[in-house]
Amino acid sequence: MTSASSSAPLLELTGYSIRFATPDGEVQAVSGLDLTLAEGETLAIVGESGSGKSQCFNGMFGLLARNGRTEGQARLAGADLLALSPKALDAVRGRDMAMVFQDPMTALNPALKIKRQLSETLEVHQGLSRREAEAKSLAMLKRVGIPEAERRMNQYPHELSGGMRQRVVIAMALLCRPKLIVADEPTTALDVTIQAQILELFRELGQEMRTALVLITHDLGVVAGVADRVAVMYAGRIVEEAGVDALFDAPAHPYAAALLASIPRIDRDGGSVEAIPGRPPNLIHPPSGCPFHPRCRFADERCVAERPPLEPVAREGHAIDAGRRVACWHPFAAARAGSAAAAPTPEAVLHG
Amino acid sequence: MAEPILSVRNLSTTFSVRQPGLFAAPLALKAVSDVSFDLGAGETLGIVGESGCGKSTLGRSILRLVEPTAGQVLWQGRDLAAFSPAEMRRARRDLSIIFQDPIASLNPRMTVGDIIAEPLRVAEPDLSKKDRRARVERVMAEVGLVPDMINRYPHEFSGGQAQRIGIARAVVTEPKLIVCDEPVSALDVSIQAQIVALLDDLKTRRGLTLLFISHDLSVVRLVSDRILVLYLGRVVETGPRRDVFERPAHPYTRALLSAAPVPDPAASRSRRRVMLAGDPPSPINPPSGCAFRTRCPIAEDICAKVPPPLAEVAPGHAGACHFAGEEARRRLDAVAAAGERSAA
Amino acid sequence: MTLYVDKREALEPFAKHEADAVQGKPRSLTRDAMRRLFSNKAAVVSLVVFVLIVGTALILPPFLPYDYETPDWAAFSAPPSVESGHYFGTDQNGRDLLARTLYGTQVSLLVALIATTVSVVVGVLYGAVSGFVGGRVDAAMMRFVDVMYALPYILFVILLMVIFGRNVYLLFAAIGLLEWLTMARIVRGQTLSLKEREFVEAARASGVSTFPIILRHIVPNLVGPVVIFASLTIPEIIVTESFLSYLGFGVQEPLTSLGTLISEGADVLEVMPWLLLFPGATLVALLLSLAFIGDGLRDAFDPKDR
Repeated sequence: MTSASSSAPLLELTGYSIRFATPDGEVQAVSGLDLTLAEGETLAIVGESGSGKSQCFNGMFGLLARNGRTEGQARLAGADLLALSPKALDAVRGRDMAMVFQDPMTALNPALKIKRQLSETLEVHQGLSRREAEAKSLAMLKRVGIPEAERRMNQYPHELSGGMRQRVVIAMALLCRPKLIVADEPTTALDVTIQAQILELFRELGQEMRTALVLITHDLGVVAGVADRVAVMYAGRIVEEAGVDALFDAPAHPYAAALLASIPRIDRDGGSVEAIPGRPPNLIHPPSGCPFHPRCRFADERCVAERPPLEPVAREGHAIDAGRRVACWHPFAAARAGSAAAAPTPEAVLHG
Repeated sequence: MAEPILSVRNLSTTFSVRQPGLFAAPLALKAVSDVSFDLGAGETLGIVGESGCGKSTLGRSILRLVEPTAGQVLWQGRDLAAFSPAEMRRARRDLSIIFQDPIASLNPRMTVGDIIAEPLRVAEPDLSKKDRRARVERVMAEVGLVPDMINRYPHEFSGGQAQRIGIARAVVTEPKLIVCDEPVSALDVSIQAQIVALLDDLKTRRGLTLLFISHDLSVVRLVSDRILVLYLGRVVETGPRRDVFERPAHPYTRALLSAAPVPDPAASRSRRRVMLAGDPPSPINPPSGCAFRTRCPIAEDICAKVPPPLAEVAPGHAGACHFAGEEARRRLDAVAAAGERSAA
Repeated sequence: MTLYVDKREALEPFAKHEADAVQGKPRSLTRDAMRRLFSNKAAVVSLVVFVLIVGTALILPPFLPYDYETPDWAAFSAPPSVESGHYFGTDQNGRDLLARTLYGTQVSLLVALIATTVSVVVGVLYGAVSGFVGGRVDAAMMRFVDVMYALPYILFVILLMVIFGRNVYLLFAAIGLLEWLTMARIVRGQTLSLKEREFVEAARASGVSTFPIILRHIVPNLVGPVVIFASLTIPEIIVTESFLSYLGFGVQEPLTSLGTLISEGADVLEVMPWLLLFPGATLVALLLSLAFIGDGLRDAFDPKDR
């Protein structure tokens, strides 16, 4: 792989699309995505089921279902992953980029001891001897906070708890010191106390190893604690991309705002949630114009007719935020509606 | 509280777990252990805990979907276990349940109309076909389903819609108590809010009493009046919502609260966290004394020896900890502060 | 711009939206499966072949100039010919092979149908009860199945022969009574997983008693595996029948079946190859088409593809 110049981003998606051919028609799972990720950065991809957030990275890793097709470019350190042969992609996977899934068992072979699972990656990708590989694996298990790591090395995956397995998978992902880790809902299947442990681990690793992390999740709460930057996806497109503080402070896209307003808050009593009416669109026949318009409070004729481009916007009374891009004809409409506190709050307000 | 509509007294449910090996004796798994609480009419009790803490089994034991091994469930003052099968069938129209997985809880080979009508067939067998259909259509409209969809099959619906069908089935007999077993956990966030709003709406209009089981503390905080925290089948804390969330009496509750993600970057950076080490122990072989002591940051020798009783720290607010209340908070703060110092 | 004031109103556009989303007739799972089956080319071709063979076997015989048992004194061991009207030729006794093949097909299919029906009915009931009741009853019922499995099949068939020797239909009803074992196991497994499903729990929570639960919630959900099993059992029984007939245990003269015809044809392969060729080809076509139909059904009902 050619090494990129220092200014180039680690990961760069341009015009990246994924389609699936189904008996009912073509599903446009991801449409013309443009996205960059710098080295050592933690980017969260947020969206609901069917938003294309997982497919996007499955496509990059060559893990799409057979009826899936990718288009565009996905450059990791300069090399277009989509143009690689399956064999070349195999070499990149594990060495330069690794994936952590929701269910750790998808990544673990139930018939192999933990030490084999880990050291095999090293033997294959770095040509280490078994002894060296096992020593390195043990060190990594300790690093990800597995107690009694020596004993765990000789156990099988089913003997570990869910949180432990996820740690093993993370250790496996980190072994070859990849430049990029993609974690797809890594804590969704775990209990909150275990989720907190794993997120803490990601946070530490992000600071310590300077590995870029893409965190795919539906949970904005998780995002707030870990990410530097957030991209909100809806119907296969990014609708808003911003720094984590900027996004949570004042979401520009009505969908991002609605998503934030729909999560109940554990830290507030007498809180309320606002439901987003309707449901995610059908991606075989996506809505015209802005994909969110059928569910949007602020939609007008223009939103129905024209799809808004993803571009930087300025908020009234603020300078243009360079790191922020929004695909909306009425950015910050939600924030304005919110600040005009006299306006009746929208539907489905629930006081706890 | 006025006369409780539901009282649970020292309820325990034990499963026997078969062991590998021909002659190995089965092991006893105490899923629910000595749980007691009262629930007033119109109240919502939130039951929280991690997976395997027995919260679902508790809900099912109350409805006798799982037979409890000890203790009593008093429904309007009468012990459900003493009900004859015929009485139990009659009682079932007052007690219903909403499940976590909306699709799995609907029979894929029945139409929506038949699914919703099923409890009605049992509760009111004399109802004419026409009346039954009218009732089903009315309840469908009430939960936000188009009555024209009555002849559809469950797989034609999205998750949120399927959950509405499940809710329609649960309320069609006009029950008094509904056990909501993780009703929104399988749904997308935006849909989750719709369903929570629907439940709240039904609750206020029909004066329902809810047992809201969830692992998601933020949802529980939103809907509940009172909270019951379970750990390894035992009640570790119970009390009014505000008290439990703002002044948790038990270290476990405190840890749960601080582990829950907050959608606010600044707050989640500055929050003082109580991190728990390790995993919950196996309910087959729980730790001696206090079950939580193996993960507790402030455990002492006494915790391994004496199981702590549920001690009241404020009216209606109790924690099962030797240091319940102020003492636990003080010690936890000290531990957390020490942790922050060593990290810095 | 839309601004919702209360939740009732908020639900309405949602409901309309949902109504738009699903149009046309309600799609039951069976209809879905059929739709998938009919989009499977191999299965559709096989279905056509199968229907053709069965249709011909049922409808054509009365219109033929010869029947299956009366000898044509003018044509013994005659090769196939269009002029004489013996399109498939005749056998050593001057009987028309086309009529005999069609008749044999009828017998083979009827026998397979009887045995499969018996095995499905017994298997579904046995398996569903065993699985749903569970506990000791289940253990006892399943050990009985294991014992039956352990007994040598052919020995059983020969014993049954002794009992039902003269009546081939009863014999195959009895063979059906052996075939149900696999069905019972499959159904039991399915029932075990179905009864843990939340919709069964929901039915119990609303006070529905055991038998209606089995009928309304368990049995309809067994349709997939049962249909697949049946479509695979039919060819199996046809082969069994052919095999038994080949051994001389099956259908007795002057009745005939595909197996009997093949057995007779095999003896005279060198001098009268048509006696083997036509019944053999029919059997192969029948089995192949059934196999593809079974395969198509399996794909159509497989929940993984949903």
